[in-house]
Amino acid sequence: MKRLFCLLLAVAAAITGCKKDETAPASGPIDLQGAGATFPYPLYSKWVAEYQKAHPDVRVNYQSIGSGGGIRQVTERTVDFGASDAPMTDAELQKAPGKLLHVPTTLGAVVVTFNLQGVTALQLTPELVAGIFLGEITRWNDPKLAAANPDAKLPDAAITVAYRSDGSGTTAVFTDYLAKISPAWKEKAGAGKSVKFPVGLGAKGNEGVAGQIKTTPGTVGYVELAYAKQNNLSFASIKNKAGKFVTPELGGVSAAAAGALANMPEDFRVSITDAEGDTAYPISSFTYILLYEEQQDARKGGALVNFLWWAVHDGQKFEADLFYAPLPAELVTKVEAKLKGVKSGGKALLAGAGG
Amino acid sequence: MKAPPGEPYLRRRVVDVVARGLCVLMFVLAVVPLLSLLTYVVKQGVGGLSWSFFTELPKPVGETGGGMANALTGSAILVGLACAVGMPVGILAGIYLAEYGKNRFGDAVRFCADVLSGVPSITVGVFVYTLIVLSMKRFSALAGGVALGILMLPTVTRTTEELIRLVPDTLREAALALGVPRWRATLRVVLRTALPGIATGLMLAVARAAGETAPLLFTAFNNRFWSASLDKPMASLPVQIFTYAVSPYDDWHRQAWAAALVLVAAVLVLNVAARLVVYGRTAR
Amino acid sequence: MAAPADQVGPGATGIAVEVNLGDRLFRWGTAAFAAGTILILAAMAIQMTRASAMSLRHFGLGFITSTQWDPVRDLYGALPYIYGTLVSSFVALLIAVPVSLGVAILLSELAPGWLLQPASFLVELLAAVPSVIYGLWGVFVLTPWLRESVQPPLQKAFGFLPFFQGTPHGFGMMAGGMILAIMILPTISSVTREVMRAVPSTLRECALALGATRWEMVRTAVLPYARSGIVGAIILGLGRALGETMAVTMVIGNRAEISASLFAPSYTMASVIANEFTEASGDLYLSALSQIGLLLFAVTVLLNVVARLLVWRVRKVAAR
Repeated sequence: MKRLFCLLLAVAAAITGCKKDETAPASGPIDLQGAGATFPYPLYSKWVAEYQKAHPDVRVNYQSIGSGGGIRQVTERTVDFGASDAPMTDAELQKAPGKLLHVPTTLGAVVVTFNLQGVTALQLTPELVAGIFLGEITRWNDPKLAAANPDAKLPDAAITVAYRSDGSGTTAVFTDYLAKISPAWKEKAGAGKSVKFPVGLGAKGNEGVAGQIKTTPGTVGYVELAYAKQNNLSFASIKNKAGKFVTPELGGVSAAAAGALANMPEDFRVSITDAEGDTAYPISSFTYILLYEEQQDARKGGALVNFLWWAVHDGQKFEADLFYAPLPAELVTKVEAKLKGVKSGGKALLAGAGG
Repeated sequence: MKAPPGEPYLRRRVVDVVARGLCVLMFVLAVVPLLSLLTYVVKQGVGGLSWSFFTELPKPVGETGGGMANALTGSAILVGLACAVGMPVGILAGIYLAEYGKNRFGDAVRFCADVLSGVPSITVGVFVYTLIVLSMKRFSALAGGVALGILMLPTVTRTTEELIRLVPDTLREAALALGVPRWRATLRVVLRTALPGIATGLMLAVARAAGETAPLLFTAFNNRFWSASLDKPMASLPVQIFTYAVSPYDDWHRQAWAAALVLVAAVLVLNVAARLVVYGRTAR
Repeated sequence: MAAPADQVGPGATGIAVEVNLGDRLFRWGTAAFAAGTILILAAMAIQMTRASAMSLRHFGLGFITSTQWDPVRDLYGALPYIYGTLVSSFVALLIAVPVSLGVAILLSELAPGWLLQPASFLVELLAAVPSVIYGLWGVFVLTPWLRESVQPPLQKAFGFLPFFQGTPHGFGMMAGGMILAIMILPTISSVTREVMRAVPSTLRECALALGATRWEMVRTAVLPYARSGIVGAIILGLGRALGETMAVTMVIGNRAEISASLFAPSYTMASVIANEFTEASGDLYLSALSQIGLLLFAVTVLLNVVARLLVWRVRKVAAR
């Protein structure tokens, strides 16, 4: 009993002995905390590690807790930057204590994947995609499917739809596309991070959907490109706005971004689904990093801005291996201008501060 | 038992054998999923175990090596913190309930402990987030430890109470008769007698705390770097497992399974060690 | 058996003789820690209510009866989740209680010495597995097995019952209930076993000396003595079942629909919070999710009250 008491005392002493750090020491390593979307997590991990090789005293800790989580935490200022697949809404921006900037960092694609005996490639028109997910097309050998895929041996089996049960940027992008190309979908389910899917089974995470598709024949669902590739899932090529069937490859995604450049808003909050362009893949999207235009801590803010500068330039070369698409060059120029506008205490941070 | 020997006795024997057989069957039913699970975890996880797993920090995808060293130490620190929060409160509360708690107040505490055990871990996480993270304006290991401690609380409290209550009064009376003050008798005699059982409750609670992911997402966050300070985010095995398991990469999956294997093994070792210590000191 | 606290001094009977300061301090000290439990729960309840305030005002009681859950249109209702939580926990208890009791009896009364340590070790291993791993095992091992080897024969044999109708996906209420059962099994059985072990040997020996078979000995000497502890163990297990998130969410299908069939997908309150909380943005959405947490709280309270009433009645009947 005495020993137990002494142990507890020691623990208590240790806890109280560890004082809170003073904010941002004037020298020493800079710790940046970031939270947000799961989709870019592998890429950001790579960036952080590579950046640290050149700048060993800048430690960026990014954790994926979801786009919504990222938005909330950056609004609460418990982290230094947030990350989100879907851009913030006006209402969300209003709630933040300062002006938040969206910095597009990379591009991703959502693919329609399936598990069907004997079929490895499918061609789907937007109407077919909507029909399947609305529950209007219920069997694989439906004449509409057969018409678009004359060479495929479609079996007479029921279609099981798999969707994301958890709120996610992937769902946001996919339903954004569906709402654009199908008024019926827009009315029935709408677009958002979490929607009421008319039919199907919900699985948790991209991994859950991929797992469900892999283990259940006859299932169709939507996942991020990297998951489809890594799990060797068969995916469909989709007919884009220009009428061409495009497979989800990185070139198609970058083309979608390029197609949207003409109408790019000043704050980069844009949807690039169903983009113009012959080679554009219709279900693509940006992913953003969110940071305050006015940084409270000059040292940390400087490190952050320099990191982001590096990310949109040198960082882009690490993307292809991980199945992310690079930003088009013109967009990078616009992002540069944005980054130069980040300040702390009135002074611009970019010219050689920090890191 | 006035009936002639023979038939009724036979019936009782049969009932006895059937009942015992059913118990064995139940045990088998319990063990089958366990074995299936363990074989699966071992099969998936063994391939990921390596020296680098235990000593290196996480590396991005595509680079070989990389491990979960910081998550291993982080989990240990977090569980230690949780015990520091949950153990004293739980055991002392349990003692109160057993020794003095046969009143309305005790009933209220019991009720609250039972309800608390049903609160989903994510709700506890959000509660601690609002309480500690928002006040400190940062994620911290302290918040994580408190959240896990709250999760441990009901199990420790209720098991302590039940087991102390079952200590026979003769022991208490003997101590009091020897002139030992009541508080001392409770701590040195009653508590010590009940300790093996309480240790089981503790281990159950620790096992749960060690494996929880959701509350840590909002409190301790996670950390890809070494950190031992209590007011910074801290890495932990369950969160790292979760992050890797929901990624698309096989290499990360392997590491996640390896981490799961390590987690299960660690909790077990802790379990066995606690049992040995406790049984070594107290006579059965 | 302890005498009331105010009886003090040499003439008092009973055990509670609190003459000295140490005793009083101890009593108050432990009471303070016990009060801590109430404080934590109260603080949680208050925080949840405040977070749900918007949703409570907006939907009122209709929240409990509505089956809508549409974040795009900001329409929320909790009924399918309440159903999912209650039924999955019920199924879990249905499976786990008999199995846990059997295991506990075996380990505390019937098992020979050499079997005891490894066997109890195995059961405790179940508790050491993290939730996320249960979920993954459920997705890759349990649900395919259910879909292929369990649900079709069940449907063939008992398909006339509403419980076994519908397409067998593997994922669904049955998988959710089963995984919950496996997860709460170590809790119920370990605590029950400890409680049974604490029954004094003299009681056992008495029964055996009177000629009882081993089973009769357990039934008449051990179980009644340990009864309240066993109920406590079950309540702890129920608590865990109600609040379990990760593992259940991976196998239950996550579809907010009410269906009598065990094969149908379902959705529990804890799962929907876990699935949507991190991504939810939008004040009413977050508030609705907090209200689900509050409802889960209310359901837990209700179930505990019912359990207590049951125990109280059982005690009254037994005392006759």
